[in-house]
Amino acid sequence: MVDDRTIPAASQTVNDFDGGPRGPKPQRAFSRKNVFLYGTLLMVTIYYAIPLYVMIVTSLKGLPEIRLGNIFAPPVEITFEPWVKAWAEACTGLNCNGLSGYFWNSVKITIPSVILSIIIASVNGYALANWRFKGANLFFAILIFGAFIPYQVMLYPIVIMLRELGLYGDLSGLVIVHTIFGMPILTLLFRNYFASLPEELFKAARVDGAGFWGIYFRVLLPMSLPIFTVAVILQVTGIWNDFLFGVVYTGPESYPMTVALNNIVNTTQGVTEYNVNMAATIITALVPLTIYFVSGKLFVRGIAAGAVKG
Amino acid sequence: MESSITIRDLELSFGAVEVLKNLNLDIGQGEFLVLLGSSGCGKSTLLNCIAGLLDVTDGQIFIQGRNVTWEEPSDRGIGMVFQSYALYPQMTVEGNLSFGLKNAGFSKSEIAERIDRAAKVLQIEPLLKRKPGALSGGQRQRVAIGRALVRDVDVFLFDEPLSNLDAKLRTDLRAEIKELHKRLRNTMIYVTHDQIEAMTLADRIAIMRDGKILQLASPKEIYNRPASKYVAEFIGSPSMNFFDGKIGENGQSFACDAGTFSLNGYQFGEGGAQDGTAWLGIRPEHIAVGTEAKTMPIQLEASVQHVEPLGSDTLVRVLIGDRRLWVRIDGQSEVADGDALNIGFDPAMANIFDKTSETRL
Ligand SMILES: Nc1ncnc2c1ncn2[C@@H]1O[C@H](COP(=O)(O)OP(=O)(O)OP(=O)(O)O)[C@@H](O)[C@H]1O
Ligand SMILES: [Mg+2]
Repeated sequence: MVDDRTIPAASQTVNDFDGGPRGPKPQRAFSRKNVFLYGTLLMVTIYYAIPLYVMIVTSLKGLPEIRLGNIFAPPVEITFEPWVKAWAEACTGLNCNGLSGYFWNSVKITIPSVILSIIIASVNGYALANWRFKGANLFFAILIFGAFIPYQVMLYPIVIMLRELGLYGDLSGLVIVHTIFGMPILTLLFRNYFASLPEELFKAARVDGAGFWGIYFRVLLPMSLPIFTVAVILQVTGIWNDFLFGVVYTGPESYPMTVALNNIVNTTQGVTEYNVNMAATIITALVPLTIYFVSGKLFVRGIAAGAVKG
Repeated sequence: MESSITIRDLELSFGAVEVLKNLNLDIGQGEFLVLLGSSGCGKSTLLNCIAGLLDVTDGQIFIQGRNVTWEEPSDRGIGMVFQSYALYPQMTVEGNLSFGLKNAGFSKSEIAERIDRAAKVLQIEPLLKRKPGALSGGQRQRVAIGRALVRDVDVFLFDEPLSNLDAKLRTDLRAEIKELHKRLRNTMIYVTHDQIEAMTLADRIAIMRDGKILQLASPKEIYNRPASKYVAEFIGSPSMNFFDGKIGENGQSFACDAGTFSLNGYQFGEGGAQDGTAWLGIRPEHIAVGTEAKTMPIQLEASVQHVEPLGSDTLVRVLIGDRRLWVRIDGQSEVADGDALNIGFDPAMANIFDKTSETRL
């Protein structure tokens, strides 16, 4: 083949040094794209923020003010009375001690469930991702299948199982239930994360003489802050917000906060105290909210730290 | 030579896929063996079997005379260096180097001493307090080598350690690894795709294909007398030129469409001369041109089709009839597309392969 590339003449390229565009391309602030983008964002924000606004505002009003009917109006006279009542005096069916006791119930359910489920699931995921033991695929398939079984199907069998174990109506029974039900999704989460870490790292650690736990604790765990943060967010909000398991597997004394909230809101005696209901709801939602704010920051930092190439 | 690693009848399958097939290999004490082969031929798999990172399906592995087939990687007396460095990102360089020693239960003073020694050898002393993220690629790979070095292992296993580095660094580190081998005299097994690495580093090269070793020999032997057409094509760039034709007159001549060549001077292998269809291969650098070609036993007339100047040499693609040949000539010679060119070669430099079995005759 003959070389037929032609070399451009110099005069063609040395034309206009002046006049042509130069430097960064100018951005228009009100381009159609921007208007659309920020418009949508603003609408979504308002959609989510308005109910929260109404709740906060209502919870700070007295009942007479609420009866005026304008739910958007800010409180004329700010009162924390409803908050105190929701925490300490509101009636939940039989007793009238507010949410306080149930708050601690929820704490006692959530903390052990979260810790237990994350510990077990992370080790599961690690074993599945890195130590392809015999039957690992079958085990994983069963676990994933478990994630698709509707909870309702299992509600009653678990009642019987817990009763046989003598844990029915007890907080520890609920902890076990939460741990088990968190397992499929958490294991999947951890398995995928560990599988995404470079395999050679694991091999290097084996050559260096680290065993099953040595690799888990000293090599993988320090690299896994992001995924643990995700797991904590998932579990804390999921378990704290749980209503169904709480109402089924615990008794009136050990109800979690969500069940108590429901009882407060649904009390049919006397006038409906909207302000107390709103305050009780916000108090109940406070824990997941805090988790989002605190760990959200940690989460971003964790991701950033993990992104350092290495 | 006493052998350092012996592999007997090694087989490895992933499910139904047989990756290594009945593989036997003896590696001498202090030998530098390079495993070379195209992607997916099982080089890493073999290395992982030797390291104990994969359970073999069948066969035995001996290291320093000990049967290690069932031993843990850390008990085999091997150190491994990976393509992606595989440094523990949250540990400092010092932590990376000491990790294996701590696992093995060495005392603090012993660990410090060994790290000191390795850091001196690899010139990474100023980096000890840094994390891997703050190192360049070359520095990281030095640390990875150090991790094997501190453990005082009998055998170093390298899996494409230089592939992630740029060309200049690659050349430097290649020389350093060679230096290190001269100094330590450990047995080293080195996996690579890169022929130049293979040729420069190896005492012996094992060419692999589809889980088998096709040829195990010194770089020179592999270059000069490749055992099969596959090996011949694999080694050398551009690869060997082939004429397909027929051996006749009891191995005295080779007839093909470019003419009939006398094979006077060609050294047949152990099987001796056999008549029949065959390939005759000649490397681009063994073809002479111009006046030099006139002195060669085999002479041909060609025309230049395409010229690729590389600086030190020039690659020329020539046509003989419609057969294309690559020729490597001196970088200073002036040839242009379409020129007529006399070429010639000596059958002593050629290799002849049987047409059906593709083995060297
Ligand atoms: N875990 C696995 N499961 C199934 N097949 C595998 C597995 N690991 C490797 N293989 C297959 O085994 C063969 C050999 O792989 P190996 O990694 O040893 O090749 P290689 O020679 O090192 O290639 P490369 O030069 O690309 O690194 C490939 O065909 C690959 O697809
Ligand atoms: Mg490989």
